[in-house]
Amino acid sequence: MKNNLVYFDYAATCPVDPRVADKMKDCLLIDGTFGNPASRSHEFGWKADEAVEKARLHVANLVNADSREIVWTSGATESDNLAIKGAARFYKDKGNHIITSKIEHKAVLDPCRQLEREGFEVTYLDPDENGVITVENIQKHVKDSTILLSIMHINNELGAVNDIEAIGKFTRENKIIFHVDAAQSTGKLPIDLSNLEVDLMSFSGHKTYGPKGIGALYVRRKPRVRLEALIHGGGHERGFRAGTLPTHQIVGMGEAFRIAAEEMTNDNKKIAELSKIFWKEISGIEEIYLNGSFDNKVPNITNVSFAYIEGESLIMALKDVAVSSGSACTSASLEPSYVLRALGRADELAHSSIRFSFGRFTTEKEVKMVAETTKKVVHQLRELSPLWDMFKDGVDLEKVEWVTH
Amino acid sequence: MYSRKVIQKFEETLNNPSAHNVGRMDVNAKNVGTGMVGAPACGDVMRLQIEVNDQNVITDCKFKTYGCGSAIASSQQMIEMLIGKTLEEAKNIKDREIADLLELPSIKVHCSVLAEDSIKKAIADYESKKA
Repeated sequence: MKNNLVYFDYAATCPVDPRVADKMKDCLLIDGTFGNPASRSHEFGWKADEAVEKARLHVANLVNADSREIVWTSGATESDNLAIKGAARFYKDKGNHIITSKIEHKAVLDPCRQLEREGFEVTYLDPDENGVITVENIQKHVKDSTILLSIMHINNELGAVNDIEAIGKFTRENKIIFHVDAAQSTGKLPIDLSNLEVDLMSFSGHKTYGPKGIGALYVRRKPRVRLEALIHGGGHERGFRAGTLPTHQIVGMGEAFRIAAEEMTNDNKKIAELSKIFWKEISGIEEIYLNGSFDNKVPNITNVSFAYIEGESLIMALKDVAVSSGSACTSASLEPSYVLRALGRADELAHSSIRFSFGRFTTEKEVKMVAETTKKVVHQLRELSPLWDMFKDGVDLEKVEWVTH
Repeated sequence: MYSRKVIQKFEETLNNPSAHNVGRMDVNAKNVGTGMVGAPACGDVMRLQIEVNDQNVITDCKFKTYGCGSAIASSQQMIEMLIGKTLEEAKNIKDREIADLLELPSIKVHCSVLAEDSIKKAIADYESKKA
């Protein structure tokens, strides 16, 4: 890897914390904790089981849950699948209606599409202009047949935060199962499941400096939530998810969540300061738009649109900076980000969005360097942009008759 | 996902626009043809201007492009192919040639299609002024 590359894509994935890697190393070799946690007949299995249960406790502690409520999965995508398909199929006799939002991660939207093919009815809520789903919005779409609501805690593109406390109160009163995708929020916001009325919550290892390939699903015990399993083959994880437990991955996620519980206050304070510096530097750019709202977002994600510039060219111009684009020009569809579209952003803004996401290892020097580079390349790309000319000439782009192909 | 050629053309243009025919000409000049194609909604807009002499030879070009790196590189490639050609020769430039020269992957072929369209539109505009 070139060492002049700056990583500003922590919302996509994080590097593993060195302390996590150390713990994982101890779970691989013959003299380490490599055993099968399900082996009840020898020391190797007992030790592995002990390590897995310790990790389970670390995950439970970060979100103030009982460790018996944590089910290991292969990642937040599987957790979302297990929660949504598992709950819908188990409770199908009570109703067939599910509510979610248009700006959920594909790991929620695609299982919902699958359930539609199985005969369920799904309502996809529009967010407000800042990417938030309100209780009032949910309330308007609830029916007698509604059995499940799935809403993310923090939106992965915008960093917008949903009020899961208020939503949980509403769903509990209305006897609707409430699933929350919290892949982006562990270590970013405090989560207290002893107070929240959330029934199912998905977690990811690698978004919180743990390894990829491991996640967890919180399944509430009181009131008890039941699920139909997706993976069968040995009854592991109390029947919720079969398969030999990957001790090293689990220990890694456990350590990552233990560190998060200890250090999140400091981490987030630092990241909030960096985010402020970054915005101060770039906000002077003409025609820059923040996607989302400062009042209700996590500081580690800054999603901005630079009008009259296409996002993919901006990413290409920012060649030493790893960021991601809301533009999906790389896909065959030529559709801009579905999240930004759902906010009602004009096409030229949706096409020009960039997500900068900071993390534990981001430095002030990097932030200032990337801000400078961004200012420079935005100027350069606008010099190339016919839309920028037209904007400067006072042409209303909405009124131009475009020749599409 | 980008070929070395696309990256090279894109960076040359970005870092030294005036040397790479970025700019505009007088839309109303008799010897200038303008073609603008694409739409902001699709994520690319290309504006090509050609300057033509009395022998129907393209003597100069200017362009501006809003779009991905491949769209900007395609514009640059197109300009290199156009200057010095007669209008008849220019009409025969095919999107395929541009795509092949830049080694565009199939999901980026629309960039070269856009370039071909802009040539056709610019020539038509010039010819309509002459008519």
